[in-house]
Amino acid sequence: MAKIEFQVEHLNLYYDKFHALHDLTLDIYQNEITALIGPSGCGKSTFIKTLNRMNDLVEGCKIDGTIKLNNVDIYKDYDIIDLRKKVGMVFQKPNPFPMSVYDNIAYGPRIHGIKKKAQLDDIVEEALTKAFIWDEVKDRLKKSALALSGGQQQRLCIARALSISPEVVLMDEPTSALDPLSTLKIEDLVLELKKDYTIVMVTHNMQQAGRVSDYTAFFLNGDIVEYDRTSKIFEFPQDKRTEDYITGRFG
Amino acid sequence: MKLRDKWIKGAICFCAFFCVAVLIWLILYIVINGIPSLNREFFQSLIPSVASTLAIIGMTLVFSVPIGIMCAIYLTEYAKSSKIVKAISFAVDSLSGIPSILYGLFGMTMFVTVLNFKWSLLSGSLTLAIMILPVIIRVCQESLITVPTEYKEGSFAMGATKLKTLVKIVLPCTSRGIVTAIILSIGRIVGETAAVYLTAGMVNRVPESIMDSGRTLSVHLYMLAKEAISFEQAFGTATVLIVIILIVNTATNLIVREKK
Repeated sequence: MAKIEFQVEHLNLYYDKFHALHDLTLDIYQNEITALIGPSGCGKSTFIKTLNRMNDLVEGCKIDGTIKLNNVDIYKDYDIIDLRKKVGMVFQKPNPFPMSVYDNIAYGPRIHGIKKKAQLDDIVEEALTKAFIWDEVKDRLKKSALALSGGQQQRLCIARALSISPEVVLMDEPTSALDPLSTLKIEDLVLELKKDYTIVMVTHNMQQAGRVSDYTAFFLNGDIVEYDRTSKIFEFPQDKRTEDYITGRFG
Repeated sequence: MKLRDKWIKGAICFCAFFCVAVLIWLILYIVINGIPSLNREFFQSLIPSVASTLAIIGMTLVFSVPIGIMCAIYLTEYAKSSKIVKAISFAVDSLSGIPSILYGLFGMTMFVTVLNFKWSLLSGSLTLAIMILPVIIRVCQESLITVPTEYKEGSFAMGATKLKTLVKIVLPCTSRGIVTAIILSIGRIVGETAAVYLTAGMVNRVPESIMDSGRTLSVHLYMLAKEAISFEQAFGTATVLIVIILIVNTATNLIVREKK
């Protein structure tokens, strides 16, 4: 059995009075791809944001229960900046900063104190190479990142997340705004990345979960209905609701 | 139906051309009447006013721009309770509705008399700083609001603090808005007569310190016209004023474009 990266125990989350996540308990394994699937509004995006505490930005959001990263409670014993250095995030809509390709990637290292040009150059090249985009942008590092295509922008954002050497990369529907070809590229990339990183990915697309993930959690109305190896979930779903969802009877 | 559409379209086009025509007419009228008096002697007579004007612009911006930007940042990025935001916004809006002569009166009693800064560039620019604060706050606030949340989220997710995100992402995105605010402010400073007249005085001499009194171009123009000293010179002064405004606007625009 793989090592456990995140240990989630009795996690409840409230937006003011609305109880959005109900007593979730699950382990997320190291160097595996965990897909979170379920219909809109089921809590999968909310859940993924608890893992790097992006929900702290949401007013009225309250959490109880524990989430441990390598056995350390991320809500009690972690500095939020250290946590986000270890747990990177890629968003639904590609969101490169309005600056050059180079500066986008150097942003993270710079804010964490790396100033030497040579070192930054190495980091930028390594991150872009890892994100399968180096060859496409190496001649336009000084050009604005906003001039890239949507798929390139998303891979750039993945490179940006990798630039500060995280352990985990969270992806919140990373391909929902992209065309099929770009989606395929990102999926290949994700499969490659799992060698070095733990990946947690929210997806609307069940085929995608089937194609890339090792584990799948099926969310419904703030509960996890079923969580197991992806092959098991897709071939022998234990719960009637899981079966209905993956066979496309609702969702 | 068709005919009515044509009429409306005609009226819209007429109004658009009318606006441009009035502007051109006004500028041409001033420049044509001003040009004959533009000679070396006249320019020399204007040196004190130009110096005072530039000094007052600079000082007023130094006082008001940092405060205005920070206030706008507070309103858009930090204020948690909407009551405080509403209260401050209400204060800002009220400030912008007050006629400038009241600022002048306040400045004259407060800065000139109570704080004993006398009629000076300091009193004048402090008064103007209060007067243009609403412009700066409003324009910066509107510009800050347009910075996409996605940028901020992206920055936070990289482990950036709020302050770093503000300095490295939000403010650069707002630079255009800030420059717009500065241009509008300069316009108001240069154009202001009453408030400056009451607080900076009208000594027509090149000021040597910020405690000296100084006569800005607008005040100078007012004196020339009111005392009926010389209408030719008044038009000449107006021409210089217009040229200065054009130069300042173009320069600030170029600076922003350079940065992009």
